[in-house]
Amino acid sequence: MSNNLALGIDIGSTTSKLVLMDGNKIIYSKYQRHLSRTRETTAQMLRDMVAEVDVSACRVAVSGSAGLGVAQSSGLDFVQEVYATGETVSASEPDTSVVIELGGEDAKVIFFKGGIDERMNGTCAGGTGAFIDQMAVLLNMTIDEMDKASLKAQRLYPIASRCGVFAKTDIQPLLNQGARKEDIAASIFQAVVNQTVAGLAQGRKIDGKVMFLGGPLYYCDGLKKRFCETLDLNETTAVFPEYGLYAVAIGAALCANKDKSVTVPSIIDKIASGSDQKSGADRLLPLFKSQDEYSAFAERHNIASVPARNLDTYQGNAWLGIDCGSTTTKLVLIAEDKSVLYSFYSSNKGNPVELVRECLVDLRQRCGDRVKICGSSVTGYGEELIKNAFNVDEGVVETIAHYTAAKYFQPDVDFILDIGGQDIKCFKVRNGAIESIFLNEACSSGCGSFIETFAKSMGYDAKEFAKLGLFAKAPVNLGSRCTVFMNSSVKQSQKEGATVEEISAGLSVSVVKNAIYKVIRAASAYDLGQRIVVQGGTFYNDAVLRAFELELGKNVIRPDISGLMGAYGAALHIMHLNKSTLLSKEELDNFTHTSSSAVCKGCVNQCPLTVNRFSDGKMFISGNRCQKGAGLESTSALPNLYEWKREYFKSFKPVKGSRGTVGIPMALGMFELAPLWYSLFTSLGFEVVFSALSTRKTYERGQFSIPSDTACYPAKIMHGHMAELVEMGIKNIFYPGLTYNVNEGASDNHYNCPVVAYYSELLDSNMEQLKGVNFMRPYLSLDSRAELLKTLYPALNAFGVEKPELRIAIKKAFEDYKAYTKLVQKQGEAAIAEARKSGNRIMILAGRPYHIDPEISHGIDKLANSLGFAVVTEDSVFHLAPVQYVKVLDQWTFHSRLYRAARYATEAPDVEFVQMVSFGCGIDAITTDELHTILESAGKHYTQIKIDDITNLGAVKIRLRSLLGALEDKENNAK
Amino acid sequence: MQNKSFVPFTKEMKKDYTILVPNMLPIHFKLIISVLETYGYNMELLDYAGPEVAETGLKYTHNDTCYPAILVVGQFIHALKSGKYDPHKTALIMFQTGGGCRASNYISLIRKALEKAGYGYVPVISFSMAGIERHPGFHLSIKKMYSMLYAVLYGDLIMSLVNQTKPYEAVKGTADSLAALWTERLGRQLGSGAVVRYSKIKETYKKIIKDFDGIPIKKRDAVKVGIVGEIYVKYSPLANNSLEQMLIDEGAEPVVPGLLDFCLYIVNNVFVEYRIYGRKKLLYPFARIAYKVLCDKKDYISRLVKKFSNFNPWVSFDKTVKLAEKLISTAVKMGEGWLLTGEMLELAESGCTNIVCTQPFGCLPNHICGKGMMKPLKEYNPNINVIAIDYDAGASRVNQENRIKLMLFNALRTQKTESVKELITT
Repeated sequence: MSNNLALGIDIGSTTSKLVLMDGNKIIYSKYQRHLSRTRETTAQMLRDMVAEVDVSACRVAVSGSAGLGVAQSSGLDFVQEVYATGETVSASEPDTSVVIELGGEDAKVIFFKGGIDERMNGTCAGGTGAFIDQMAVLLNMTIDEMDKASLKAQRLYPIASRCGVFAKTDIQPLLNQGARKEDIAASIFQAVVNQTVAGLAQGRKIDGKVMFLGGPLYYCDGLKKRFCETLDLNETTAVFPEYGLYAVAIGAALCANKDKSVTVPSIIDKIASGSDQKSGADRLLPLFKSQDEYSAFAERHNIASVPARNLDTYQGNAWLGIDCGSTTTKLVLIAEDKSVLYSFYSSNKGNPVELVRECLVDLRQRCGDRVKICGSSVTGYGEELIKNAFNVDEGVVETIAHYTAAKYFQPDVDFILDIGGQDIKCFKVRNGAIESIFLNEACSSGCGSFIETFAKSMGYDAKEFAKLGLFAKAPVNLGSRCTVFMNSSVKQSQKEGATVEEISAGLSVSVVKNAIYKVIRAASAYDLGQRIVVQGGTFYNDAVLRAFELELGKNVIRPDISGLMGAYGAALHIMHLNKSTLLSKEELDNFTHTSSSAVCKGCVNQCPLTVNRFSDGKMFISGNRCQKGAGLESTSALPNLYEWKREYFKSFKPVKGSRGTVGIPMALGMFELAPLWYSLFTSLGFEVVFSALSTRKTYERGQFSIPSDTACYPAKIMHGHMAELVEMGIKNIFYPGLTYNVNEGASDNHYNCPVVAYYSELLDSNMEQLKGVNFMRPYLSLDSRAELLKTLYPALNAFGVEKPELRIAIKKAFEDYKAYTKLVQKQGEAAIAEARKSGNRIMILAGRPYHIDPEISHGIDKLANSLGFAVVTEDSVFHLAPVQYVKVLDQWTFHSRLYRAARYATEAPDVEFVQMVSFGCGIDAITTDELHTILESAGKHYTQIKIDDITNLGAVKIRLRSLLGALEDKENNAK
Repeated sequence: MQNKSFVPFTKEMKKDYTILVPNMLPIHFKLIISVLETYGYNMELLDYAGPEVAETGLKYTHNDTCYPAILVVGQFIHALKSGKYDPHKTALIMFQTGGGCRASNYISLIRKALEKAGYGYVPVISFSMAGIERHPGFHLSIKKMYSMLYAVLYGDLIMSLVNQTKPYEAVKGTADSLAALWTERLGRQLGSGAVVRYSKIKETYKKIIKDFDGIPIKKRDAVKVGIVGEIYVKYSPLANNSLEQMLIDEGAEPVVPGLLDFCLYIVNNVFVEYRIYGRKKLLYPFARIAYKVLCDKKDYISRLVKKFSNFNPWVSFDKTVKLAEKLISTAVKMGEGWLLTGEMLELAESGCTNIVCTQPFGCLPNHICGKGMMKPLKEYNPNINVIAIDYDAGASRVNQENRIKLMLFNALRTQKTESVKELITT
């Protein structure tokens, strides 16, 4: 054979690819999943190649994210993979303008026109092959099935694509609410497209001839379709080359050193035997040192058990508890003595309704007339759906169900930790009432389903995988981080030669650390409590249980029905009933369930609804935020300051003036200062046009010019507002730079956060559309009328505005702004008075002024209303409390309001404090801890809700209902 | 309002307490420490960089806080727990700037963490140019400030010369040992005792430059890579996974703008406050003088470098300001603010078009001044090859390395296609 042979090896995060080239001709290629055994798999593939092709020596280069480590350890040449792709495309299709390549865990975009510009996803970005894999597992489909299904979609749901964890939070409820799998599959692909386009193009337009490369884009037609539709490409402009899988490997071969030929056996030898460097530092102590230690541990935990009785021989009354969780469904039937007659635990397989129906049919069959089901109760994510489908007697909040069950095992339990498939829940109990609740935020849920997905990706089943870790000599230290980071850490440790056993043990430790340090934020074991019960499916995993005990340095109780505690608690909870409405055997036989999708037109939120229809003609609508969507009238008009403010802002109608029109984006700081600017510009004779309140569309309109994908959603949505104003044809747009906010004299300084302060700079630099308009963004001071005059005058002088009239306008603007803030406070006081009169609870739904935007707070205010809370904002009540002293530097105006509002909540027994925190809000990392301390030290609950572009209201609802449950509990105990 | 009570560092403590210093800029901080030690302070630079640092930090601070805070807290508490020091005879010192970035809260976060860990009694000395807190045992005299200023200038000079020598040195380790030698010598020079005359310092600059110029080197042909970003992550090897060393290992020459530029940026912010809002009227004239003095001192060193060596001189700060103003307003003054954009332009202007922009994950000012300026930056100079790298306790080194490699490959493509081969051959 000729000596022109070049071998390109591309080892990615999930697959290995090789290509043997003779000049520009591919003579051999191979693609294989490596299941993290990178060196072994690649060496084997090379041996296979030698068996088929007659090749003795060739030039060679290695590429790919896992290839880096292999190249280093084996001493072979390395080529960066994006660079390699560039080489391939330049050689094969030189007229390509953009390349989009999706790999296992990387996404890349290369622009060829106007200077090569190559981009890779950052460290926090999903929307890649691994993400698609995870989602397929979630849907209980193969990739192929998911792909086929997606082609039959009728509608798309918005699904967060920032990372797999977020997307899961969106998809689980959709599944549990009965949304069509076809629609979800297509929505998942759309999420990948959005992530790639918004995250990587960052303002650069993708057009011309676009080439798609990488595994997922080679295999998934549904994904191709979504890309082509979104980017408006046709058959000639979208290129899906035959060699799509091998682009990187080909590039590596093309780059291989021309003067260096290596024999193939020596390549195989180098790859197979190259030993990875061990860092040695990042290792932990083993979970169990010996088999004896493990036996003693197992024996101790065997004690905490519930007696079981045989359902087929039992006669008498029984109660049913159903826990329809995010990933699993559990059922427990208990007898009069609280023993377990029947239990069921299974993964949802994407359709909990069908699963529960099968169980109930079986149950009814086995019960016959011998066992009478006197009551039934359901808890968990799918609570409402299941309740409606099967006429379950009662729904019960998860937290209460779990507490009820834990009490059975440890009557004076003071701390419960539940790690389920997707969430971590912990409650502290004091004096028989739940004192505080912690739930994991969407971004830190390295929970059970994570271990499961990970096990699968390494070719094991979850149980087997967990067992492997028990006796690992040196578990890998993976830190306490969110899934995406954890994936990277695992990759890193594999590179350093960690075994599967060590990784398994390491993951168990991570889950525990995540729970203790990220969710509960405990500094020591003593913080948690003395009598701890742990539960949830994840604690069946002995490695996790052991890691938890080791981390705490104390023993805990794990009930033998650890995974069934929600269902068991639900059953215990309903034991007061003696007649149930649960569907009978006949009704179950005739049971049918269909679901379809719709969009609620009740208000601006435009909730995507899922309409479930059952055999008896009954209908259940989910996805709605308020009562309207469910087809019901609003229960009552409870005070809602969010709603009031939104209505009030509508009163800023444009008034035609002599000086033309000024457009103002209604976003970020404008939600505080709109009254001031409206007054000022109107009195100067400008017609003031605000952009409309946001919808999802607003975001989409501007998403392509967002340069930083980890900025907060309130900032990102700003791009859409600017675009809206430009599209309306407005020539003057005003959004000032405001280092300083208004000074309310209650803080150490009065800054805005860096994003609010300087977003105008970013907009000006990144939004092409603004080039054609007069974007006025002077740096202003609101400290005094004189300073505002000084700073604003230069910008308005161009319109012929003179100082005297500006002085008058400023005076009036400040007066109007002051009147507005006073009015908000008066409304707050009135709302509180009204709620007290009607005996309703009051919630300070705290955040920043821009959280009233319905697209940012996702209707949480209305949800709170529907739970019976009167809702007030932080800026409508903070004046009722004195200045609050805190341990941190209090130099932001909005923060200071939060601290004072919390202080007010501590002083009023009927007022609760709930804080909304936008994902990526760096300075809220400071407020949350302080607020927590202020409230907790006064014996109040602190509830935090993390929000982002898409927020799972199901989880928020559980949170708020738990709060409600805890409050009721407390009151009952006081009585 | 902040509750302003804190544990002070008293005069008595000065006698037998050890003051622990976090490791941000190895050369500069060593210099500053050796200066302060001549005044009788017993100081120690924390150089432990194991994984326990971040882990300890995560345990005692909010996990969404910026990475620098997590690391500093981690390094302090890890040291207190190590058994190496008597916590009752230990104090901590933290250098910080104020401003609207959350970084201004580092001191509070450290104190909160200490309390949580049971070390509430350990005094934390806040060392800032504004000097907000009073610690009777830690007084900054004019003389000390003067020494500190030269410590920064010496530090910048040595850092710059080390980076320009290390990739090429014929005998590995020569530059580092020379730097260590000078650091120790300079500490003594600047310490207590008589004030050193400026003429003496000028002489010393010359000696340092000549010393480094005398190191035997191979051919100067490495690709230059600038490092900019959030101040802690940019400088601290602990935070940026030894970025400078990594670049040198990859055969590149790191170019790191000095600490004096950051000081000048702080001074310049006074002008901006005065010009835009009419504030800081009293401070303004002093700031003008300080600005002029600092610029002169920097430019003087630059001239010496040009005259006595083959090393690249620094760009004058006025130029950096002017360049920044092309893309961003100098009113952007939180965190590194406009300086970050300015430094990227300055690097590109002086021929270093390859840039790593470092920041902690979720760094607010960098959304604007770093990532937010990439687009106009590339429009301004299409040759700029910049990559933004986020640093975090959980970020994986492989990912970071891979992205930096991409930047390097592109750097070599534009520089000279030939040397791509050199890079491929590891």
